[in-house]
Amino acid sequence: MSNIPSELKYTKSHEWVRVNGDTATIGITDHAQHELTDVVFVELPEAGRKVKAGEACAVVESVKTASDIYSPVSGEIVEQNKPVTEKPDLVNTEPYAGGWFFKIKLSNAAELNALLSPEDYKKQTGGSI
Amino acid sequence: MPVQYTGIVEEHLAVRNAAGIFDISHMGEVTASGAAAAEFLNHVLTNDIRRLAPGEGQYTLMCNERGGVIDDLYAYRLSEEVFLLIINASRIEPDVAWLQAQAAKFPGSGELQLTDASHQYAAVAAQGPRVKEFINACIPGASVSAMRVNAVTDLRKNQIGGFQFENHSVLVSHTGYTGEDGFEIVGSDEAIQHLWNRILAVGQPFGIKPCGLGARDTLRTEVCYPLYGHELDEDTTPIEAGLGFFVPLNKGEFNGRAVLAGQNAGGVKKKLVAFKMTEKSAPPRPHYPIWANGANAGIVTSGTQSPSMNIGIGMGYVLPEFAKQGTKIEIEIRGKRFAAAVVPKPIYRKT
Repeated sequence: MSNIPSELKYTKSHEWVRVNGDTATIGITDHAQHELTDVVFVELPEAGRKVKAGEACAVVESVKTASDIYSPVSGEIVEQNKPVTEKPDLVNTEPYAGGWFFKIKLSNAAELNALLSPEDYKKQTGGSI
Repeated sequence: MPVQYTGIVEEHLAVRNAAGIFDISHMGEVTASGAAAAEFLNHVLTNDIRRLAPGEGQYTLMCNERGGVIDDLYAYRLSEEVFLLIINASRIEPDVAWLQAQAAKFPGSGELQLTDASHQYAAVAAQGPRVKEFINACIPGASVSAMRVNAVTDLRKNQIGGFQFENHSVLVSHTGYTGEDGFEIVGSDEAIQHLWNRILAVGQPFGIKPCGLGARDTLRTEVCYPLYGHELDEDTTPIEAGLGFFVPLNKGEFNGRAVLAGQNAGGVKKKLVAFKMTEKSAPPRPHYPIWANGANAGIVTSGTQSPSMNIGIGMGYVLPEFAKQGTKIEIEIRGKRFAAAVVPKPIYRKT
């Protein structure tokens, strides 16, 4: 079934968060890309934009539909993943690697505690990894 | 029918290049029979039902008095006095209510029987260029009713024949909603369930895939077939939708005729166009605004990333002055406008 790396944190809306010091990298999970299938377009926030936790700040489009991506944490966007906007199928092929969306400088590290553990996310997506 | 089985793009390309099977059991079926059935249907439907010999079908529309579309459908003449209407799932209730109300006002209603058989029938569509290579092996033998042919593949476009499949009677028509060659088969739940499995098994060496609503939508969008609720509704006429071919105005009186004839002669306030994105953008989607010459010019009714051409495509209503092929328009996507061009229908053509 879907891949849920143990070193990441997750949201109910299927984003993953990789924390490195005061910066977090955000993407969408293997489960999410599998549900969307055939990602054809990714729209990402520009560096410098300040976002709040839970704010819609990116859009991923499959053939069928457009889906908002919510920032799991508050802070300032420091980098967007240009290659994924040019090659959107990276979201399908490498959701946790080349398919990342953006990096954010955390303004409130305590928000990380509210994110889901891999075990909790696994339960939410209906079981087996 | 699920949105997808294995993925919209994979299913879509299977239908374009090989074969796909769709569960279309949600479609509604209404029968009209009796000595007055043809006359009644010719009054409630836009196309000329008298052109149909037994075993033939036609695309047609059912309009209200304002010329607005109550539904678009296929009408088949199974025998001289028996007709089968295949209607949209979302329109079964309004269609049946409308037909019954029209029948009540119809002078010859004593010789007309209308039956909503939607719950008695299931249906599948086998679509794609390779379907003709194996469909006769799925439903062997000659037809026994409606159009008499020696084999399913002898049915010409829009013809319908009754065949025996195992010990069931099924109706097979040479029709589809994908722009590819193919057949649609109506029968009992049990017959269609068996047939689904048989077509998948026999078609497997030919590359057949089960296909969902997502691929059905992208396939029909590429070839500009309208979808009720998107391109058609009770406030939109067939003339506005570019479906005048299915509205022979000289066939005699029928519902909506006065308005449709007026539009045909005097013009319309909106026209359905097909368009392609001409710059990189997110795919167009229904309800996105259309701009032309810096002003709002219309609205998108269907849009997607074309799996066959890998560009954004769609259909939408625009002011008539912007409906000409080649007109430069813009599609507003999340507050930003992106360049597009009006193109001929269908958007996708087999090369």
